[in-house]
Amino acid sequence: MVDFVKALMNPDFQFLANALIMGILASISFGIIGTYVVTRRISYLAGAISHAAFGGIGMALYLSRTFDIAWLDPIHGAMVFAVGAAVITGMISIHSREREDTVIGAIWSVGMAMGIVFIDMTPGYFELSSFLFGDILLISSNDIVLITILDVVILGTVMLCYNPLLAVCFDDEYAMLRGINAHGYYIFLLCLTAVTVVLMVRIVGIVMVIALLTLPAAIAGKMTKRMLPMMSLAVFLCMLFDTAGLAVSFVNGISTGPTIILIAGISYLAVMIFYRIRN
Amino acid sequence: MHELKTDHDELKTGYAAVLENLFFSYGDREVLQDVNLKISHGEFATIVGPNGGGKTTLLKLLLGLLKPVKGNVKVLGQSPSKSRMKVGYMPQYSHLDVKFPVSVMDVVLMGRLGKNPWGWGRYKGEDRMAAARALEEVNLVQFGDTHFNELSGGQKQRVFIARALCGDPQMLLLDEPTSNIDQESEQSLFMLLKELNKKMTILLVSHDLGFASKVVKSVICVNRKVVIHPTTEMDGTVIKDIYGGDFRMIRHDHRCCELGHEQGDFHG
Repeated sequence: MVDFVKALMNPDFQFLANALIMGILASISFGIIGTYVVTRRISYLAGAISHAAFGGIGMALYLSRTFDIAWLDPIHGAMVFAVGAAVITGMISIHSREREDTVIGAIWSVGMAMGIVFIDMTPGYFELSSFLFGDILLISSNDIVLITILDVVILGTVMLCYNPLLAVCFDDEYAMLRGINAHGYYIFLLCLTAVTVVLMVRIVGIVMVIALLTLPAAIAGKMTKRMLPMMSLAVFLCMLFDTAGLAVSFVNGISTGPTIILIAGISYLAVMIFYRIRN
Repeated sequence: MHELKTDHDELKTGYAAVLENLFFSYGDREVLQDVNLKISHGEFATIVGPNGGGKTTLLKLLLGLLKPVKGNVKVLGQSPSKSRMKVGYMPQYSHLDVKFPVSVMDVVLMGRLGKNPWGWGRYKGEDRMAAARALEEVNLVQFGDTHFNELSGGQKQRVFIARALCGDPQMLLLDEPTSNIDQESEQSLFMLLKELNKKMTILLVSHDLGFASKVVKSVICVNRKVVIHPTTEMDGTVIKDIYGGDFRMIRHDHRCCELGHEQGDFHG
């Protein structure tokens, strides 16, 4: 632990400080959006969105290398694909009466497949695992700016639209009858989920990001009974898991993303067992 | 108590709801066929019929949640999507997530959304007062801070009635208010609805014909076709028409004794 704090002070380990700041800032968006994803029961959709983002990562790498577009970062492609997947899955879950899960499963794996094929076609070698499982060395100050903007957007949205969003998540049909654009809010929520997930891919990667989105909110949901406390607790837990995971992984020289997810998973299990025994 | 806000001219001349030559189908399956129905202001009607006969579909057409394939719907003199704010709706709660983190008050307040279109859905003092009044009306005033899912089935249904009431509706639509509740709560529900009917039109979907004949003024029978009967007309032939088959009917308004039935003829 002392080593971790010392390393944080050390300018040679700037990446570590970046990862810590990124984790703490991202937790605000994650706790809030995670609460909506868990209560609205759309973690499957969020999973499809995050995996589809991989297609965008591959495409951006391919385009930037093949056509020499220096400014094109994988995160741009991921963002476009994730938001596109959010709109498509949202439309499907609103309009289709059946086979929704089949289509969403298809988006999930086709996105992954596209990513890998694009990377195969791209000249040069890429470490796929840094996208799939996260790599804190990739975090730049640019990412920190982006996550700060996202936090502001999400906090602003929740402050302005808390009641309609609550109504849409609880009973969208009734919300619609009260003159609320329930479908619009739903798609908007999925788009916010998409952007949040993409920004967090740097730390935990595409494959595991869903766990970090849902587990803190799921634990918070066990402990609280209303939306606002649930969000606040989810934000706090997410910060705790990120920071603890970063410290443990740094001290032991293991991968950060998986460590964070394991800590979140073990905590979730412990809380579930505690409530099971108590009742 | 809520104040009577019905427009008096409309009360004299118009109908609360009018459906004309209405057809509705889900894909190839025709659910409602050539429906012509007029519901007067102050009506208290129950919608009955077999499962899949189109009862809930009829409610959703009145709410504008579904659009007819052919024909016209007018509710309170307007198209359903425009009149919606003046209509209170109590859905079945079975489709909702049992673990959703809301208090009873949170749920009731949702009935005030849309009252203040430029407020971004923020609640004001008058909204909270209206919600508290509505909770009082359904006798749940002490449960405002309770987690919604700690309530019993009957209490949840009353919360949904309160949510519908706090939007000051002129018409109340209820989907299966008698399902999942015990007899005692059913009784208090009838009393509540009877009281509310003094100031608003009420339509409810019910499986329970016994309830129908005791409290309501008319019965709307839905089985692809729609027919409205005053409750005084309800007898075995009518019910046979609706359900299209043999069945047994149990009367609720009399007792059997050794000498036979105390009152009335027995049909069915």
